[in-house]
Amino acid sequence: MSLVKITGLHKHFGANHVLKGIDLEVAQGDVVALIGRSGSGKSTLLRTINGLETIDKGELVVDGAALHDGKGDLRALRQKVGMVFQQFNLFPHLTAGQNVMLAPTVVKSTSKREAEDIAKEMLLKVGLSDKFNSFPDQLSGGQQQRVAIARALAMKPKVLLCDEITSALDPELVNEVLAVVRQLASEGMTLIMVTHEMRFARDVGNKLIFMHQGRIHESGDPKTVFAAPQTPELAGFIGAVQEA
Amino acid sequence: MAYQFDFAPVLQHSDLLLTGAAFTLALTAVGAVLGIGLGIVGALCRAWKISPFDRLFGLYVEVIRNTPFLVQLFFIFFGLPSLGVKMTEWHAAVLAMVINLGAYSTEIIRAGIQATPRGQIEAASSLALTRLQTFRHVVLRPALTRVWPALVSQVIIVMLGSSVCSQIAAEELTFAANFIQSRNFRAFETYFVTTAMYFVMALLIRQLLMRLGQRFIVGRPR
Amino acid sequence: MFVQFTTWDIVRNLLEAGRWTLALSLIAFVLGGLVGLAILFARISKNRLLQALTKGYIEVFQGTPLLMQLFIVFFGLSLLGVDVSPWIAAAVGLTLFTSAYLAEIWRGCVESVPRGQWEASASLALSYTQQMRYVVLPQALRIAIAPTVGFSVQVVKGTAVTSIIGFAELTKTGSMLANATFQPFLVFGLVAAGYFILCYPLSLYAKSLERKFHVAR
Repeated sequence: MSLVKITGLHKHFGANHVLKGIDLEVAQGDVVALIGRSGSGKSTLLRTINGLETIDKGELVVDGAALHDGKGDLRALRQKVGMVFQQFNLFPHLTAGQNVMLAPTVVKSTSKREAEDIAKEMLLKVGLSDKFNSFPDQLSGGQQQRVAIARALAMKPKVLLCDEITSALDPELVNEVLAVVRQLASEGMTLIMVTHEMRFARDVGNKLIFMHQGRIHESGDPKTVFAAPQTPELAGFIGAVQEA
Repeated sequence: MAYQFDFAPVLQHSDLLLTGAAFTLALTAVGAVLGIGLGIVGALCRAWKISPFDRLFGLYVEVIRNTPFLVQLFFIFFGLPSLGVKMTEWHAAVLAMVINLGAYSTEIIRAGIQATPRGQIEAASSLALTRLQTFRHVVLRPALTRVWPALVSQVIIVMLGSSVCSQIAAEELTFAANFIQSRNFRAFETYFVTTAMYFVMALLIRQLLMRLGQRFIVGRPR
Repeated sequence: MFVQFTTWDIVRNLLEAGRWTLALSLIAFVLGGLVGLAILFARISKNRLLQALTKGYIEVFQGTPLLMQLFIVFFGLSLLGVDVSPWIAAAVGLTLFTSAYLAEIWRGCVESVPRGQWEASASLALSYTQQMRYVVLPQALRIAIAPTVGFSVQVVKGTAVTSIIGFAELTKTGSMLANATFQPFLVFGLVAAGYFILCYPLSLYAKSLERKFHVAR
């Protein structure tokens, strides 16, 4: 049984039809890489999965929490789906530890002691156990992004969405973040990520989805797909990325 | 014709002036706490478009910001009793200050809220916080931090404006000054000293509030 | 001598008094603008003494109650042997008050002109006065319009305080009518409406100017 199931999903921005009927199944433990040119709808698709973008038509089910034609219990969905953003979006007035503790205490009414333990555990997992009391502006971009991952993990999500999480980082900081994601994947975390790191997608992912003009244009095992793209659009895209 | 300045007849009443100043400070303190509290609620309703309160607060803000404080005070103290709402001059003064500051701080705090980066709200949503939880835990403190200097200035404006509360016989600093100059016939000297006291109070309040803001709103050591 | 006031009598009296509010506002705004301009130039001049004096001037007027300023002008002028009517004291007091606030608002506008503009014009060998005249002030002026209109609302509202030194403008007349008619709710409601009618269009205009400016930028 699949953990995430998307059926016939449509999304418009005004007159612009950005998602034109997406069908997608993600199983427990899958690591899915979403690739495509900007404007292909990949980020929008990712953002619909935890309700940051509304759905005009179609169905989205994550571990039993369902949105049908955009209606349903958003907060139930969001408790199952964690998200990490390109710009980190840490809360600047809270320490790293408090950032991680916030949602468990506020949303799940976890006791402060327990939330603190969770936060310590999660920060340890991303290699930042010594930064519990640091404020975001005292951390490097890579460290901030790792705190953001810890923050999402603290809600014990069934699936973690990553929206170009290394794109805003200086090149030398990319690897420390990718290492954390790689670690999560090896522990069996279900991941869906929009990424420009093609090599990473190939090495860590077990499913590749190429989006083109609002549709899933081609998909399959990353190693096979990269080696032998079936459509000229994907071949062109891979060529363009490799040149860059 | 040379006028001889003589401050002794003023300083002789320094106990009255100090008591008046204490009352002005007390009025300001209560007005500031309740007024900023009202402003936070107003800003929440306006920024989060909580119907119908967003419209009501919008109307309230415009009415208060486009009429003089003195008229608001008279309306409350002289006008409302004819509707059966009776109050002492202190209650009227505090109420007028809260209502006045509430309107300005609604707008000031709203501006702070609107400067919240979109990503902050998205991050809170993705963590399943409700809109109210997002406001309370994610938006409010950074917003207050952004606009704190403007809020402090507004509190000082309201403190200085409270001198007209002498007109409804609230016995604050200006009332004390009026009383003293009616006794010693040294109006210029009396008001000069009083003005200096207001000036010092404004400086002190700014210092104090900026420090409190740093401590409790920004909330982190520098 | 008991006079019966109709609502129309009240309104008519308030309208007449409102003309004084309007007149005082205009005078204070225009004269305050002129004095404020002089203060501004002293404040941004290169003369340290002028800078310090005008900085003090602004801080004193922004750090003390308008009512105290009016009292000091009123009683101070009479100490100088000038026979002051409430009208003169109100005009002088509000003019000084306005000048301090406008000078400070405008200083902020001058300072918000990017440093690069000063540097670029200096590199073209313009003198300080020429930099001001041809480069900085024209840009500052554009920035200054919206907050200046916005401040005019404070001037109109400030005139209400002059009622306390006995100037018979809208608020003073309102107080007298409220006492005479025993209808304070109605009278002060109408007084408030009068100020609102004067101020609200100015507020709206300031807001639209501000919006236009932000779009243009």
